[in-house]
Amino acid sequence: MLKVRNLNSGYGKLRVLKNISLHVDGGEIVAMIGANGAGKTTLLHTIIGLVRSTEGVIEFNGRNCRRMAAQDIVASGCVLVPEGRQVFAPLSVEENLILGGYVLQKKEGRPAMARELDRQYDLFPVLRERRSQLAGTLSGGEQQMLAMARALMSRPRLVMMDEPSTGLAPLIVRNIFQVIVRLREEGNTVLLIEQNAKAALAIADRGYVLETGKIILQGPAEDLLANRDVQRAYLGREKIE
Amino acid sequence: MYWEAEKERMAREALEQLQLERLQSTLYRVGTHVPFYRRKFEELQLDYDNFRDLRDLRKLPFTTKQDLRDNYPYGLFAVPLRDVVRVHSSSGTTGVATVVGYTRNDIKNWSNLVARVLTAAGVTADDVIQIAFGYGLFTGGFGLHYGAERIGASVIPISSGNTKRQIQIMQDFKTTALVCTPSYALIIADTLMEMGINPSGLSLRVGLFGAEPWSEAMRREINEKLSIVATDNYGLSEVMGPGVAGECRECNGLHINEDHFLVEVIDPVTLEPVEPGETGELVITTLTKEAFPMIRYRTRDLTRLLPEPCPCGRTLTRMERITGRSDDMLIIKGVNVFPLQIEKVLFEIDGIEPHYQIVVDRENHSDKVTVLVEVQEAIFFDVMKKQRQFIEHIKTRLASELGISVDVKLVEEKTLERTEGKSKRVVDNRKL
Repeated sequence: MLKVRNLNSGYGKLRVLKNISLHVDGGEIVAMIGANGAGKTTLLHTIIGLVRSTEGVIEFNGRNCRRMAAQDIVASGCVLVPEGRQVFAPLSVEENLILGGYVLQKKEGRPAMARELDRQYDLFPVLRERRSQLAGTLSGGEQQMLAMARALMSRPRLVMMDEPSTGLAPLIVRNIFQVIVRLREEGNTVLLIEQNAKAALAIADRGYVLETGKIILQGPAEDLLANRDVQRAYLGREKIE
Repeated sequence: MYWEAEKERMAREALEQLQLERLQSTLYRVGTHVPFYRRKFEELQLDYDNFRDLRDLRKLPFTTKQDLRDNYPYGLFAVPLRDVVRVHSSSGTTGVATVVGYTRNDIKNWSNLVARVLTAAGVTADDVIQIAFGYGLFTGGFGLHYGAERIGASVIPISSGNTKRQIQIMQDFKTTALVCTPSYALIIADTLMEMGINPSGLSLRVGLFGAEPWSEAMRREINEKLSIVATDNYGLSEVMGPGVAGECRECNGLHINEDHFLVEVIDPVTLEPVEPGETGELVITTLTKEAFPMIRYRTRDLTRLLPEPCPCGRTLTRMERITGRSDDMLIIKGVNVFPLQIEKVLFEIDGIEPHYQIVVDRENHSDKVTVLVEVQEAIFFDVMKKQRQFIEHIKTRLASELGISVDVKLVEEKTLERTEGKSKRVVDNRKL
């Protein structure tokens, strides 16, 4: 579904991503783990077209979208759930969702959007309860759910999530990750970027380890969990055997 | 039947993407963790961080058996020893041995790849599999063992040797799958005949044979004599062990596990790639090994790639059965023997002329090595008892160096055939 080859990008003269290659197949959850500043967010922003790449190939469903505008990439079925939620605080939950469904409504009309809204309320019952509440008054976990639901409103083929666990209590994090697993069960494809390596790899099929803008390791998620380098650097422990 | 259908039937384009990703991270790991490779990359002024295209593989340096020896024992490991859960070593010799290591993930991958090979050959969880490869430092026994357990077959870890006991167990335990060298399969067949046992009365139905070169003629003989389907499989400890490639039931070339091994075929003289489909030396780059990654390892095995699609549905490229070696290594009863090892021992013994000849025969499907040694007259005409002791001494020294027993015959000076002043070192009479 998504294929990236030898991607280089950065800000001005600063080269952040160095020769990144990765792929995400349909129906997969792929985790990208790495420390703060490794380039994880830059990677997502480059794929979605917010940051211009200097070199490489980004193929989404067989189309090279490296030079496409962000809105066209979203329209082609690739969405980003940004870090720190970034919901529209002064708008209601439902208004947020309707904005997320803008692309869908334009393409398939209002009834399709309404159906999608219903689907999101089924997936996130708490949002239905709070549909007229202002997004800014939601708790962190609820805002994260809203951000996810808003992204899903465009019925994307690939959902990219940037640190969905940031700043959330462990219990809420577990909740969020359960939702991600549900998304996959419903046929979605997820590229998940996380500092919480253990939680991300626990639900992922495959993973990549990003360090100072380079992919230094990749493989099945269970292999990465068992890898001593990963354990030392990202799981904060040496497994005692 | 596939073990990992989605991998074994991958579209070429997806496979190449995966190979590139895996090669890039392998290069990063060897470049940062293995001083040997870091030096090589520096010498070649190769920016391994910027490797972009599988076609650039040929710009990377080769790794040879000698490099492994020079870095004996742990010099080429890419992880600290505490992350290594297993160590294997090449066929039992001292001094020239090579050592390879495995992390827990490596063992898991290894088991999985052998499981693919076993499944391709038709082995399932319902089989009783008799593994008559040596267990120990040699990778054959353990490699097949873990793969067979992985698919859930009932494993009999009998190890090599004691043919009558092998047959007894084969009968009593109702063995359905046999794993050993092809020549040992024929020894078993002959012993069955001697013992008056009809092979069709056994439960045996499939065989996986490897660790030495063999031929179609041998396959036919094994198939007939044991009434089984004999398949070929390939591997070498330097890149993992068995599980690198194996035949499917088409029995027409070995599918290479290309998502874990990147292969090239080169001209052993010019070191350039041969034309597609031509015979040359197989060169292997590992893509997933953690403890012991290898960049462009020169296997010295001669083969060619068969790019045509296989009716079995696997998209993994096939290689032809190994047809020879690009060096002078001999494989005797599955053990790697270099003439130089024999020479080294002989030269350390007083009274021996620097002329010798290694004669290899296959008698009753078993390899037999005779070393003809030119000796000074004084020794040759000495007392018989002393001569016998002298021969025994040479035999013992050779056996401890080579890990296999060989015969020694003394001959008079200047009796061995010489070409351009040098004697012809090896006469291999084995007809494969």
